[in-house]
Order: sequence, then C-alpha cells, then structure tokens
Amino acid sequence: MTEGSLAALVALGAFHGLNPGMGWLFAVARGLQERARARVLESLPAIAAGHAASVGVVAVLVSLTRSVVATRIVAIVGGVVLVGFGLWRLLSRRHFKWVGMRLSLGQLAGWSFLMSSVHGAGLMLVPVITASGGPAAGGHAHGLGEAQGSALMSGIFVTGVHTLAMFLVAGVIAVVVYEVVGLTVLRRAWFDLDRVWALALIGAGAATVLTA
Amino acid sequence: MPLWKPDPTFYPSPRDAAAAPPEKLAYVAAFDRSAARPDAIAVLDVDPGSGSYGQVVGWTELPYTGDELHHFGWNACSSSLCPSSPHPHVERRYLIVPGLRSSRIYVIDTKEQPTSPQIVKVLEPDELAKRAGYSRPHTVHCGPEGLYLTALGGANGEDGPGGIALLDHSSFDVLGRWEVDRGPQYLAYDAWWHIAHDVLVTSEWGTPSMVEDGVVGELLLGRKYGHALHFFDLRKRRHVQTVDLGDEHQMVLELRPAHDPTKQYGFVGVVVNVEDLSASVWLWHRDGDRFAATKVITIPAEPPGPDDRAGLPPVIEPFGAVPPLVTDIDLSVDDKWLYVSCWGTGELKRYDVSDPFHPVEAGSVRIGGITRRTPHPAAPDLPLAGGPQMVEVSRDGRRVYVTNSLYGAWDDQFYPDGVGAWMAKLDSGADFTFDERFFPHGDAWRGLRPHQTRLQGGDASSDSYCYP
Repeated sequence: MTEGSLAALVALGAFHGLNPGMGWLFAVARGLQERARARVLESLPAIAAGHAASVGVVAVLVSLTRSVVATRIVAIVGGVVLVGFGLWRLLSRRHFKWVGMRLSLGQLAGWSFLMSSVHGAGLMLVPVITASGGPAAGGHAHGLGEAQGSALMSGIFVTGVHTLAMFLVAGVIAVVVYEVVGLTVLRRAWFDLDRVWALALIGAGAATVLTA
Repeated sequence: MPLWKPDPTFYPSPRDAAAAPPEKLAYVAAFDRSAARPDAIAVLDVDPGSGSYGQVVGWTELPYTGDELHHFGWNACSSSLCPSSPHPHVERRYLIVPGLRSSRIYVIDTKEQPTSPQIVKVLEPDELAKRAGYSRPHTVHCGPEGLYLTALGGANGEDGPGGIALLDHSSFDVLGRWEVDRGPQYLAYDAWWHIAHDVLVTSEWGTPSMVEDGVVGELLLGRKYGHALHFFDLRKRRHVQTVDLGDEHQMVLELRPAHDPTKQYGFVGVVVNVEDLSASVWLWHRDGDRFAATKVITIPAEPPGPDDRAGLPPVIEPFGAVPPLVTDIDLSVDDKWLYVSCWGTGELKRYDVSDPFHPVEAGSVRIGGITRRTPHPAAPDLPLAGGPQMVEVSRDGRRVYVTNSLYGAWDDQFYPDGVGAWMAKLDSGADFTFDERFFPHGDAWRGLRPHQTRLQGGDASSDSYCYP
C-alpha cells in the first residue's frame, strides 16, 4: 500500500463520514429524541459497523479476485461498473427508505449497511484497492493459499483504515452538531452530497479505466 | 432539478419554523357549487406592508368543471430533513390540489410566478383508481415516503373502504396504496402522524354516498358516520389499534398532532354529538403501550336567541337549537394554542392547551352563524352566512386565517339561503381580534366558495418536524 493510496482511503473515509445521509444525522436525531449524548455516542459504532461490513465485502472480494485474475480486467470491469452506478445514482430520483425513526442499534447497523451498499460506498474504493501495491501483488506469494490469505488481510486493512476515517469524521460532526452547532447546520450546510457522491463514483470509475 | 442546499422553508424543529419570516402570500382553494364554471386557486396578498394587502391578487383557474376543490397541500416540507428518509434537496414549490368530487388531482407550480401559479400536471381519476384503488382524494401530507393522500372512496364505483394513496413527491406518480393492512377502518377522512415515533393516525367521516348529497339524517341519527380514531405503524404500514370515541360522537375529522416530535398526543374535533347536538374536541395520548382518547372540550348547542337574524334550516329545525358543528381545528406550531371553528354557531374559539389535558378558553370571536349572521367589524351592516370553517395558523402563531365554506352540499343544507363567500384574519397575541384591513368577501371571490388556505412556505397544518 503506497502512501498515496492510504491518503485516498482516508480521504474517502472522511467523505463518507461527512455525508449526513450515511449516518451522523441519525446519530444526532437519536440523541435529540431522548436528549442524551449517550444515544449519539452509542449510535456511532453501529453505523460504522454497518458501513464497514458494506465496504468490507467489496474490499475483500476485490483483493481476493485480484490475486488470481489480471489486475487490468478487474480495473476495467470495475471502472465501467462504477461509472454506470454513478450515472444511475445521479439520474435516479428514487429515495432509499427502509426504516422508521425508532430503531435498535442492530437495526441501525443494518440500515447503515444497506445505505452504504445502495450508495456504492465500497465500489468507490475499487480504484484505490486495484491501484495499491498491496501484499497480494507484492510478488512474494509462496502459493495460492498464502496469497489469498494476504489478500484477505489487505482487504481487511483497507476496510479498517477507511472505516476508521469515516467513524472519526462522522463522530466529530455528530457530537459537535449535537452539542454546539445545533440543527441550523442542516439548513445551511447540507449540500446535495448525493450528487457529489454520484460524481465521485463516475470520476473514480473513469480514472480506474483510464489508468488500467 | 433538485437544489444544492436544502429548501430554505424546511425547518428541523418547530422552534426554527416559528422563528422564520412571515408569509407574504396565501393560497385558497375556491370552488363553484353549480359546477358550471371551473374551480380555482385564489392567491391572496397577506403582506401588511403591501398596497394590495387583504386582496385577491391572482387566480389559477382549472381546466375542468365540477372538481370541488377541498383540501390541498405542499409536495414537500420539513419532514424531508428527517434522517430515516432524508431528501432535503427537493423543493417546496408544488401545490397538490385534489378535486374531492371529481377525483382529479392537479399539480400546481408556485415558484416561477407565485401570484399566478401554473398547472404542470393533471392526474386523471383512473390513475388513482388503477394504481391505489381509491377515489375522492381528500387530505394531502408531505411525509417520509413521499406524498400521502387520504381518499374517502374506493375505486370503480365502490363506496369504500377509503384509505391512503402514496404519491412520488417529484414525479407525482401514484405509487400505490399505502396500507399493507388497513385493519377494520372503512370510513376515511384525515391522516397525520407522530413522525419521530413511527405512528400514523387516521380519522373517520363517511364514504362518498354518505357525504356527496349532504348529511343524511337517517345515517346521522342511526350513528353511522365515523366515530373512531385509528393508529397505524407508519413504518410497517399496518393497522395496530382502533380507539372508538362512542357512536354518539359523529364525524371525527381534523387531526392535529403535537408538533413537538418528542410528544405523542394530539387533538381531534368531533362535529356533533347526536344526543345533545354538542361538539367536542378530544385528546389522544399514550396510555402505556396503547393510545387512549379523552374528551377535553365540550361545546354545547345554543338555543336560537331573540336577536338572531335567520331561522333554523329544515335540517336542524326539529331540534330547536343551533349545533356548534366543530368542522375544523388547528394547533399552533408551538403547541400552545388550539383554534376551534364552530361553523354552526359562527364562533371561533381559542384555547390555551399548554396543558393538553386541561384546555383553557382564552379568546373567542363571532362571525356568521346559522341564525346569528354576525357581521365582520369591517362591514358592520352586512349579515354573514357560513361560519369560521377551515382555520389556518401562521408558523409564528400570530395570524389566523378563516374561510367560510364547508362542503357544497352541506353548505346548502345548513345555509339554504346561500352560504356566501368570505375570508377573515385574526391577530392572535394577548388579544384575539379581527384584522379590520383583511376581509375579502362577496365579489372578491367571483362567485366561488373559499375553502382551505395554505400559506407560502408552510403553515401550522402542513409540516412535520423530526427534531425537538
């Protein structure tokens, strides 16, 4: 893993954490419902866990596949999928609705998993994973089994770094909004991140294909 | 195209909504009783600093006749900020205007030309029938999954059951029937929710055949109109509980849940008690795991007085008294004031409901009424028919707007010599008094009857908030 890839992973994690729709808003709402900071804090790991699961599936799959299939094919197919998914996100008017306002921590994690998945949070990491010189591509594999083992480790590492960045950013925003800024931030600073998100997917896909 | 930032008229909390700038325009649905001319949306200037204050400054005529406009609502509102279904970048710009008699639904854009809004889409009755199985659309609410539209009747000539149709808030397509399990509810009317608690509440009036030709005496005395509240799981779309108010309480209409999203209570008006012609307001509230309802306001019938200008119409003559007929109520955004329309006696009452279980009357004005015909202070020599009916409160709670028509066939029964057409505004503060500068009446309405009012940017009966 190069420093550039690591920085990209962290940046994408921060970007995901920034999006109110990815979870911090729900954490704030749960806190406000019962006027308890503890509700905000306990929500964050559940949201991060759901996000990690969604991202992890993609990261591990891509890492594993990459060790046995040519990097280029993965990159091109992945890139095309990314662009298509990004376009669909950009053009679709459908709003994802799965839960109500009252939910348990388990349901919150499930919501976060689905929300991250339908937004293609994991897909967005594909170029970083395929571009990074991870252990699986390091050339020191002594057999397929061992290569897969390191690839798995690579996928978990990617997921961990990304999720940690997401968790920290979402957590800081949630606590600051709950404690200090107040809800007017929703009216003033809630840019349409879904559209930015879609453009990021398209950009990531295009970059993957072009550099493959 | 969606916005890059949230619509500035979406508010996270009731406090934010109340602190917002006052409305400058009001939209009023007005209909032609004879169905010979098209119904219309009238646009009123409600900016006190404007030269045309208190006047109708624009009209949007509909392309058809016989719709009978009744209630209408915004395509999107503050509920878009809720985290369970965040879509804050849609715009509050379209009025969704159903024809209660025709089952046609108009989508009217108010953004480009606010004083002459444009019809951008018309949904024909068969779209509602085919996709949702309903007819006679009544109440519009912007909510978690799009637009919720209550309907009184079934599709294809079936009288009932009524229920809720779900519409997309951007394309306005009818997405389908909202209920997965309607439970025992057959008679429909209003619906609203405790959005932060995943609870939806509905009320009961009657099926199309019970209301379209006027109130049916035998059905009323036979206690066949609606007398129950229904509670649904807003998320699973399933009926969970019926609370019956008792069959003497006929017609359970407008639902006004507390705006504070941490609370789970609300008020509902009952038009008439068939035992003594009184009207009442009930409070629904949590009682352990269930909901319960308690009568918190009773308004007795009035004997016709010596000063009354008109006699009793045939529909109530046998009773020798004037029923208050509570046909609408409205709760201020801060949940402090409840306004109660007595369309029969011609009185608008204001209650302090800071303690919702114990409302305290804190103001009352008289205008119109079946026998009194009280004039407006701006025209003291003009007896008025009709009474305060639909009541709408501004977000900051300082201004209250009332219109005088209930529903064509019912207007004719209770005001057989003509219901007229007027709208009034009250200033609600330490005092509760008419604004003498605001009284569009008579020809100002072009022969149409004004019904519901919606205020630009939202009002006390349009938005739901997810944050306290």
